[in-house]
Amino acid sequence: MEVFQSHRKSSSNNVFVSILPFYRSAPPLEVRLEDFEFFAMDRLRVLKGISDGLCRGKKPEEMEKLVVDLWKANMRHPQAVEEVNKDIISHFVLRLVYCRTEELRKWFLSMETTLFRHRFRLESSEAQRALMSEFKLPYKAVSNAEFESVKDKLGQVARSMGQNLPAADAIFYKVPFEEVPDLVSGRRVFIHKGHAYVAMNQVVSLVVTQFRSYISKALILTNRKWTSTIREQEKDRLTPIVEALCTSYLGPDYSQPQEFGEISIKDIDQVAKTSFPLCMRHLFEKVKEDHHLKHGGRMQLGLFLKGVGLKLDDALAFWKAEFAPKVSAERFDKEYAYNIRHNYGREGKRTDYTPYSCQKIISVTLGIGDHHGCPYRHFSEENLRAALVRMGVSSRAVEDVMDKVHNRHYQLACTLTFEAVHGSSYDAGINHPNQYFIDSQRVLQSKNGSVA
Amino acid sequence: MTKEEADNGRDDMVIDVPGQANAVPDGFNANYLRIYYGKLFPHADMFKWMSYGNDGKHPGCDKSYFGRREFSFTLENDIYIRFQSFNSVTELENSIKEKCPFKIDIGPVYSVDPAKRHAYAQSGDNVFTPVERELVFDIDISDYDDVRYCCTGADVCLECWPLMTIAIKVIDTSLRDDFGFNHILWVYSGRRGVHCWVCDGKARRLTNEQRAAIADYFHVYKGNENSQKKISLPGLVLHPFLARSYTEVLKGFFEAKLLPNQNLLASEERYEKILEMIPDASVASELRRRWQENKRASMSKDDINIVRWEQLKSILQSGKQKMQGLRRCVEEIVFSYTYPRLDMEVSRHMNHLLKAPFCVHPKTGRVCVPIDPNNCDEFDPTTVPTLSQLLEEQNRGGLRQDAENEWDRTSLGESVAFFRTSFLQPLLKSCKEEIENSYNAKLQQSKNDLSW
Repeated sequence: MEVFQSHRKSSSNNVFVSILPFYRSAPPLEVRLEDFEFFAMDRLRVLKGISDGLCRGKKPEEMEKLVVDLWKANMRHPQAVEEVNKDIISHFVLRLVYCRTEELRKWFLSMETTLFRHRFRLESSEAQRALMSEFKLPYKAVSNAEFESVKDKLGQVARSMGQNLPAADAIFYKVPFEEVPDLVSGRRVFIHKGHAYVAMNQVVSLVVTQFRSYISKALILTNRKWTSTIREQEKDRLTPIVEALCTSYLGPDYSQPQEFGEISIKDIDQVAKTSFPLCMRHLFEKVKEDHHLKHGGRMQLGLFLKGVGLKLDDALAFWKAEFAPKVSAERFDKEYAYNIRHNYGREGKRTDYTPYSCQKIISVTLGIGDHHGCPYRHFSEENLRAALVRMGVSSRAVEDVMDKVHNRHYQLACTLTFEAVHGSSYDAGINHPNQYFIDSQRVLQSKNGSVA
Repeated sequence: MTKEEADNGRDDMVIDVPGQANAVPDGFNANYLRIYYGKLFPHADMFKWMSYGNDGKHPGCDKSYFGRREFSFTLENDIYIRFQSFNSVTELENSIKEKCPFKIDIGPVYSVDPAKRHAYAQSGDNVFTPVERELVFDIDISDYDDVRYCCTGADVCLECWPLMTIAIKVIDTSLRDDFGFNHILWVYSGRRGVHCWVCDGKARRLTNEQRAAIADYFHVYKGNENSQKKISLPGLVLHPFLARSYTEVLKGFFEAKLLPNQNLLASEERYEKILEMIPDASVASELRRRWQENKRASMSKDDINIVRWEQLKSILQSGKQKMQGLRRCVEEIVFSYTYPRLDMEVSRHMNHLLKAPFCVHPKTGRVCVPIDPNNCDEFDPTTVPTLSQLLEEQNRGGLRQDAENEWDRTSLGESVAFFRTSFLQPLLKSCKEEIENSYNAKLQQSKNDLSW
């Protein structure tokens, strides 16, 4: 593979030096369909983590650490070869996902460039130089003799920026000034006879600029290919995966209740009416009605309530009370309480019991008597319409929602429902029932000045 | 300029009788212009310049080049016509003579003949867009009104004109030494400023981004009426470009000429403006106190401005000053009074139109003649030939048969000669070389492609 050959460098003990690909061409590898999706999701976690970090205004040093952590958590593989493969494959899959609109392209470009910038900076200067020649950048390293002759001026430039004088063995590159407009603009380089003398740390911004420009063009080309051939060709295989990846849930897991702190039992009835998404409303109504829920329903609703802020004691009391007509107190303690405590991390190993995301909920297979899952997917049209009307959605909006449902855009359908019920627009798109709840509470609080 | 009643209002100016009958009243009108364009305006030289060597003599010439250049004419009564283009010197000359424009502007070279622009889209593959344009600068002395007390607005005199002279020196040196440009034409704008045309191939092909970078590199003065501190020079030392400009041009000019000529420290109103630039209030008060006491005493025979400037410098540059902002305060003051103030917008965009050299300024009647940057100290805007003066000279010179061109009989001859020898000829020589080299390279390339 192209990238491999040019970077196969090993130190004396044959350890692979880390390789930073430029994603020049799609790898001629065979990829399993699952890897296709999972690799992309892992990379997407990294990109979204970066996005999050940038939104929170993290400083460059913090971002660097964040990138390292994110990469380690999601993209590492004990075998370097596998890591590089995953790196490249995931990038190309995400290109397909994010090439499709101007906004998606902008976001992807921005995140990939940031990722690349930090990874490049972490490379050794040898590796950096190798990467630069790979990129065919017209940069020549300044010879010692020339360095001596311009050393004073280089020192002046450094000090004018509040930096230290360059070391005696500092590496500088001579570059036509046209290549480094940013550095010229800010007078951050010494220029002589049309050449700019660029310090090693500034070289990073040059390479990044090249990378950015290359990816930007590539995305446009990818979009053309996608629209003209790939999307149709792959409509039964890759296309659904690609389209789902964009909205795939990688956000907060809502396992710790947030802003509105705790909800007590007496609040539940009220908030269920105003702020539960349809899936949870349905489960809630069913519990009240049937005094029972099967396991899937208990998990889905129970974890949701935990995310909403229901404390363990209140949860136990809630379920016990609702089940009381059918389940005795002793039997409840024996058969159900343990699971609820387990959900709250009080039993056994404290694993991943985070409230389910839309993606997870949509994908469940329902058995007889199950009431969980996503109503937009699992309800019959008639039942769904009725449920929406009961929620207070206008008949016009119901049509819009049904239209989304027919096209299998269940999360968009839920988003439209949110908008219709709250009378406000919801730009982000629903990805998680707890997100629906929190935002609903926000809207209501801003309207009424109190938590409904 | 003497006026003879006998000649007032007469259209026919050419009289072979030497003496008073040749006198031409001051003025600017279509009749004068007609003669000027008929006999004096150097059409052929302008054509050769704008052709940049593409005269069809070498197989590598681009015959469409001149025809893709935009000219715009401002006619009498402010009628403005854009996107004029010509395919030969004859077409150019005839159009100018026929239309008698009060002003001629030069725009960029487009991808296609501007006359055909409507056939091309604004975006997509088939575009009408600038492809080459000289790097240009425009400096106007009215931007310096806050630092010259002798004139305001459109006026200019020998006291304040030197501000333009030093602007030329600073920018010209940098264009050559820093950016490596060689073919630079400085032109008097006809009233109160100068224009600069950088004509190297590399300059003509700069993108908007690169132009902006160069403009930013030169951008130091960031003032308007509202900002007090218009120059900020952070950093322990100055960037080599700024340091060189300061030591070679600005400091000397400020201390020897501007300071005494404009009496910058002689009166309270004027010295307050300088004291305002000192960030340390106690230093400013100390100086204020001294100068207020010293108002009437003139103990030394030295110019009061110079004496006070020495006092200011000695306080600010003494080792005692630890405050960050004071380190560069002296330089900041000098820069804010003398550093070139460019019109940034003019330089940034390829499609910006700029007045052609050898036009006549409608308000002053003066010709936009070239300025020799190596002798710019000698340039006197008050003695630049005017339209009426030239016509008069031209009348008088009627008997000289040996002059090759009409302008050699007039003061314009010197300007045209300078234009040719120090700008046009070296430029054309370099262009020819470029055309030849690029042609040979292409031939070599196609040979290589054919070889096995």
